[in-house]
Amino acid sequence: MPSRPIVHGLFEHAPDGPRLRAAHCAACGKVHFPASATCPYCGADAPTPTLVGPAGRLRLFTVVANRPPGYRGPVPYGFGVVELDGVDLQVITRLTEADLQRLRPGLPVTLVIEPLFTDDEGAAVMSYSFAPAAAS
Amino acid sequence: MRPVFIGGVGLHPFGRFADRGLTALGVEAVRAALRDAGVERGGFQAAFCGTVYGGVATGHKVLTALGLSGVPIVNVEAGCASGGAALSLAAAQVASGQHDTVLVLGVEKMPRGMIRSSFFEPWREEAGLAATPAYFALRAQRLMLESDVTAHDLAAVSVKNHRHGVNNPYAMYRKAISVDEVLGSAVVCEPLRLLMLCAPNEGAAAVVVSARPHAATPVRLAAAVLRSHLAGSVLGEHTPLDGLASEHVDTPSERAAQAAYEVAGIGPGDLDLAEVQDTDAAREILSVEELGLCPRHGGGRWARDGGGTMDSTLPVNASGGLLSKGEPLGASALGQIVELTWQLRGQAGPRQVANARVALAHTVGRGANACVAILTR
Repeated sequence: MPSRPIVHGLFEHAPDGPRLRAAHCAACGKVHFPASATCPYCGADAPTPTLVGPAGRLRLFTVVANRPPGYRGPVPYGFGVVELDGVDLQVITRLTEADLQRLRPGLPVTLVIEPLFTDDEGAAVMSYSFAPAAAS
Repeated sequence: MRPVFIGGVGLHPFGRFADRGLTALGVEAVRAALRDAGVERGGFQAAFCGTVYGGVATGHKVLTALGLSGVPIVNVEAGCASGGAALSLAAAQVASGQHDTVLVLGVEKMPRGMIRSSFFEPWREEAGLAATPAYFALRAQRLMLESDVTAHDLAAVSVKNHRHGVNNPYAMYRKAISVDEVLGSAVVCEPLRLLMLCAPNEGAAAVVVSARPHAATPVRLAAAVLRSHLAGSVLGEHTPLDGLASEHVDTPSERAAQAAYEVAGIGPGDLDLAEVQDTDAAREILSVEELGLCPRHGGGRWARDGGGTMDSTLPVNASGGLLSKGEPLGASALGQIVELTWQLRGQAGPRQVANARVALAHTVGRGANACVAILTR
């Protein structure tokens, strides 16, 4: 099956796994995601693209059971805020885990790029999500 | 700057009205407000209309139906704070002397189901990142993790507002509910249950802002302040909801409240009642904290100790709040102004707060706009 990203410029596959495409502002030092043409903190032009992830910790989470408008993936699904390791950045994200019993604040999580739905042309549409990290 | 008064108010009930169009709702509220203010045709010099889903030229349609066009008519969108934004613009025109009388209206017929916002890029909707109740749930969870707020406290807020709503003929839901009913209602997004969330609906409200006090019962609009979020107080452009991000950046509600208290020359301790944003029960607790009506991280205790009830020193959402009234986005903030004007005039009937002299209205909405208005008599 052919595949495509849900939108270009969100994520990529580095040699050692998936990464999110964030940007670092040289003027104010802040990092934001998704990478934007201007810094949302200070307005400076052309922040430097930087890859972040895959490891983070779950900060907030819930489960969405009713299909929100425009959503084309399966329900129920997990939804939350992840703080990425090694960078001052929090992202809103889907979670692969929709069982609240298996989620808790501070849970180590890892970035995954996975098919979310099949579009009208039959292509698998890929999006990012975070999964509980495998116990080490 | 000269003092600004509430010249008159009018309200169309909040609910679902399948047989009435948006214009009809607005006409009823505008007529009532003009009548209350004693304003004749040609008696106002500008109009601001708050609406989110009304579409192009909503205010023009309402005023055209009454033959009241000709003055500048500006439609104002600021999410849940749209009516508050319209009010702040009108107040500034009157305070500055540009106009003596300005009409403010808010009208809305919300689509059914989960609120859809064009703020989100299409891919975010496709990816499931545009589920508004889920954002509310994350904010509620944060409040519960960072303080001692419990699910029972959230239920207590819903119980309080629904009990108040019983006495409001303009509210959509007029039935008292119990803590057990709230905690037994369906989970929408953990920790929020159905009876902890307000329903999007329909309604209209209108307020005449004037340099002259209402003849019989003068109510002063001592402040009407709008603020939006600072960089860092939300997670990003895609997640405008405040209440999820840094502790170290003041929220739009805190900033609007600080400015409004300063403009009015009062503090939270001077208030006799308040109408605050309660799109969900946790939002009310957060609002009460942000407005300084209880200590920071003291909202759980506030709810447990009967804070905001009619018997308390500072009733909150005596109207029943959005939890009872439902939320027509463009009209909700002006609905608060109508309620508080009635309260300060002593016209609130069975939900009257005794000897009310100083009142606060608070809304905060998508795009993280917050409006705080202070009314006095």
